[in-house]
Amino acid sequence: MRYAMAIDTKKCVGCGDCVVACQTENNVPHGYCRDWIVESVDGTYPSLSLEFRSERCNHCDNAPCVRCCPTGASHIEEGGIVAVTHHKCIGCGACIQSCPYDARYSHPDGYVDKCTFCLHRVQKGQSPACVDVCPTRCLHFGDLDDPNSGVSLAIKDRKWKVLAPEAGTKPQLYFLT
Amino acid sequence: MKEELFVSGRNIPNIDPYLNIWHWQIPLYLFLGGLAAGILFFAGFYVVRGKEKQMQATVKWAPIIAPIALVLGLFALFLDLKHKLFFWQLYTTVRLESPMSWGAWTLMIISPLSFIWVASYMKELVPGWNWKFNFLEQFEAWVIKNREYFAWAMMIYAIILGVYTGILLSAFNARPLWNTSILGPLFLVSGFSTGLATIIWISKDEKERKKLSRIDLILIVIELFLIVHLFMGFKAGSQTAIEAANLFLGGPFTVSFWVFVVILGLIFPAVLEVLELRGFHVPKWLPPVMILVGGLMFRFIMVEAGQITRYLY
Repeated sequence: MRYAMAIDTKKCVGCGDCVVACQTENNVPHGYCRDWIVESVDGTYPSLSLEFRSERCNHCDNAPCVRCCPTGASHIEEGGIVAVTHHKCIGCGACIQSCPYDARYSHPDGYVDKCTFCLHRVQKGQSPACVDVCPTRCLHFGDLDDPNSGVSLAIKDRKWKVLAPEAGTKPQLYFLT
Repeated sequence: MKEELFVSGRNIPNIDPYLNIWHWQIPLYLFLGGLAAGILFFAGFYVVRGKEKQMQATVKWAPIIAPIALVLGLFALFLDLKHKLFFWQLYTTVRLESPMSWGAWTLMIISPLSFIWVASYMKELVPGWNWKFNFLEQFEAWVIKNREYFAWAMMIYAIILGVYTGILLSAFNARPLWNTSILGPLFLVSGFSTGLATIIWISKDEKERKKLSRIDLILIVIELFLIVHLFMGFKAGSQTAIEAANLFLGGPFTVSFWVFVVILGLIFPAVLEVLELRGFHVPKWLPPVMILVGGLMFRFIMVEAGQITRYLY
């Protein structure tokens, strides 16, 4: 099993619903966020191209944050989801330094926190909160090993890219372009 | 032209607009760790070489600083932790892939070693000292008998500690400025140089100081060589590495690095040491102070600048 997410940058309008849904679902402290939207504008007026990307933890296959954690608090859950055990985390910040996507932050309570792909929902067979709430249905979540899952179907016939592949982390967020 | 914006308004404390999760505690800890490693290495080295009598300050006096530096460094590291009460989790597991874990365990071994080393010389340092308890006296006698083994262990762990202070940073692929394997040897040499500077400052024996000054000169030359190599490597690297180097080659860290670390922290004290060896009168404290301040600044600059370098946005 390999959970992954596909983000359709052609459909995303940058409304920020995914960000708010995540903050509500996961009780993210005020001023923090586990997902965010990047508006990327390329070119010079009048020939401009616009891309919206809903970004979050990439749940990398080769996760540097898990490798550098001195206590094993950062670990890999079933389906490749990268998670943090709060009571094992000492808050040293090594994983925050190691993440090329800056997807982690230091929670005001001390431990390091991040996107969990809504593990608590996924375990119940539901989709992550951001996927459920997206008004344009541009987020696709599922198991890459299952050819009929939402994410497998989404990346099957489309061109896609991943962010900073040169960092060698084998990220699992697929941006449809 | 490409412009990328966080349209959902991301402004997480210490993460945005650029990473700043490690403050003064980490560079101070790296400095003190390197300093202690340098002092302990040379103390062990001269005992193994059988030069205990000629190198009194190196073997007996300077090591008093090492355990103090290690404890202060550990305290700084503790202050850096955001989930402090869980610090003991470090010692519930050994994680070979994590430099932080290596460091925690190395300190767990070399700190007691440094305390034992100083304790075994207490009777020579403080006339009339006695340990009050019989088992302590017996332990001391055992340490003195096996001092050479302790010296070897201390040398090996001093090298691991010195290299580790660099690897702690170089293991982070996400920060291009740090992600170079030359940082290990560079921090090792720099740490040993600051250790030597401390011993030279303390020592009252002219012969010992001259001997150590010569070694320090070699270390400074190696350090300069490694710094040149560091930037050559970056300049020949990927775009992220070139951008990291440019922070120091015209960027915001140019003056602080080249003036305070390279010129005032390495070249100037090296010239003064050469003059002193040639018989000119140089204030005894000046070269060591410059090396120590330069070493401290080097670590502050590297930690600060490294956090700015990144892949995205």
